[in-house]
Amino acid sequence: MSASQNQKTGNIHHKGWVKSTHFIITLSFFALTISGFVILMSHPRLYWGKAGNDLTPALFELPISRNYHHGGWDKSIPFKHLTGSQVSAARTYDIFNENGWGRSTHFLAAWFLIITGFIYFIAGFFTGHFRYNLVLQRGEFNLKLLWRDFASHFRKQAHYSGKYGLTQKITYLLVIFFLFPLVILTGFTMSPAITASYPFLLKIFFGHQSARTIHFFSAVLLVLFLLVHLVMVARSGFKRKLWAITFGK
Amino acid sequence: MNRRKAIFTGLTSAGALLLSGCLKKAPPTYGSILRMGDDLTYAAQRGLLSQRALAMEYQKSDITSFPVTDIGDPANPASKNAYSKEYEELQRNNFKDWTLSVEGCVAKPGKYSLDALKRIGARTQITRHTCEEGWSAIAEWTGVPLGAVLKDAGILPAAKFVCLYGFDKYAESIDMLDAFHPQTILAHTMNGENLPARNGAPLRLRVETQIGYKNVKYLQRIVVSDKFVDPNGDINSGWSWYTGI
Repeated sequence: MSASQNQKTGNIHHKGWVKSTHFIITLSFFALTISGFVILMSHPRLYWGKAGNDLTPALFELPISRNYHHGGWDKSIPFKHLTGSQVSAARTYDIFNENGWGRSTHFLAAWFLIITGFIYFIAGFFTGHFRYNLVLQRGEFNLKLLWRDFASHFRKQAHYSGKYGLTQKITYLLVIFFLFPLVILTGFTMSPAITASYPFLLKIFFGHQSARTIHFFSAVLLVLFLLVHLVMVARSGFKRKLWAITFGK
Repeated sequence: MNRRKAIFTGLTSAGALLLSGCLKKAPPTYGSILRMGDDLTYAAQRGLLSQRALAMEYQKSDITSFPVTDIGDPANPASKNAYSKEYEELQRNNFKDWTLSVEGCVAKPGKYSLDALKRIGARTQITRHTCEEGWSAIAEWTGVPLGAVLKDAGILPAAKFVCLYGFDKYAESIDMLDAFHPQTILAHTMNGENLPARNGAPLRLRVETQIGYKNVKYLQRIVVSDKFVDPNGDINSGWSWYTGI
């Protein structure tokens, strides 16, 4: 059942469903990254906790649009009956906001990602794809082997065994079973309707703004993974590998 | 079940969900694929989530500062499109002559004063306002449940959507599930004081299961409709009408 190997090229031969789900997820991921960036541009401030806005302190702010530190606020009016220092202030600044298409593109691409990801999960379990190609075999893992395998990625000449290496397996497992579920669940946690039905989401991610910040960092890690993944694919013969994952027999 | 069958079943059920979304009086898409996605999200959230579930309510200590990011002050002639002479005069008189008009698919259309609305009922909730831009803010709101007002006006069985119009010429519509959601209120009190001017005085909508821009401020008129109406033109201007996400 394991992905077969071509003797001549050392390429792994993937099943049709692996190639087609990989293709759809790649396209959705591009759309999600671009639209996610556009959404972040309209409010490039990140917070920790239940709520956060321009009138509360931020964890950090990103200089990615004209909204960065814009400071266009009318005078602050305190709420008379509150004991804290909470205020209200009106915005006097015309912000960058392309969330009309940004949000809808993000959610449409998320539908493709979630439906395809679901099919991938089911098929991965039932065809043995996860068991044979991704799960570590007995005796495969120890720190010395991991270090040797990791270090081998920095040598000039890459080595192909025709199977996934140790570092590769661990990275794929983390991306598939940790980062993608995390980015999807923190995305759900920003939805008022979903969290009304599933309030535990707000609890496990420490609140709406914490979920948004975790969503941001897991997306950053996924983009970093994509970059390293592309470098590795390029080093092992970009055209050949790209052909193999898309059309390969 | 083999793999091909599994994939096929998955795709057909996704397709069925999409189709049911299109058939069930969903908002029009005008052929835009983004609006089709919005309708799929609307159908899925209506079909898969509990419609009575309450949005999270917070403690007094969780209350935060609250930005005002609307289209302008209706009492200020300098604000471009939001200015209303009628509103400016009502505000000058401390809203003594202000009334809320309830019209459309109701047996007893009419105008409600603030006192008349307060007699219908009250609910206080500390909830989170979630803006599409990405920020959020927590405040305590007191108001009359929209469902109670609609019942008082004798809402008719043909009613499908509720349109809410503000003096700033902003408007939104919500479906019956959100209109009768227990936390959907017409708020007249914020953090224990009369609704401050720029937070939507004297009355504003709070719909806690959707994104911030559904919460019409400076309310003037409610029209119950038997068909879909998008009074602010969200869909035509490229925005999602339903914003549960």
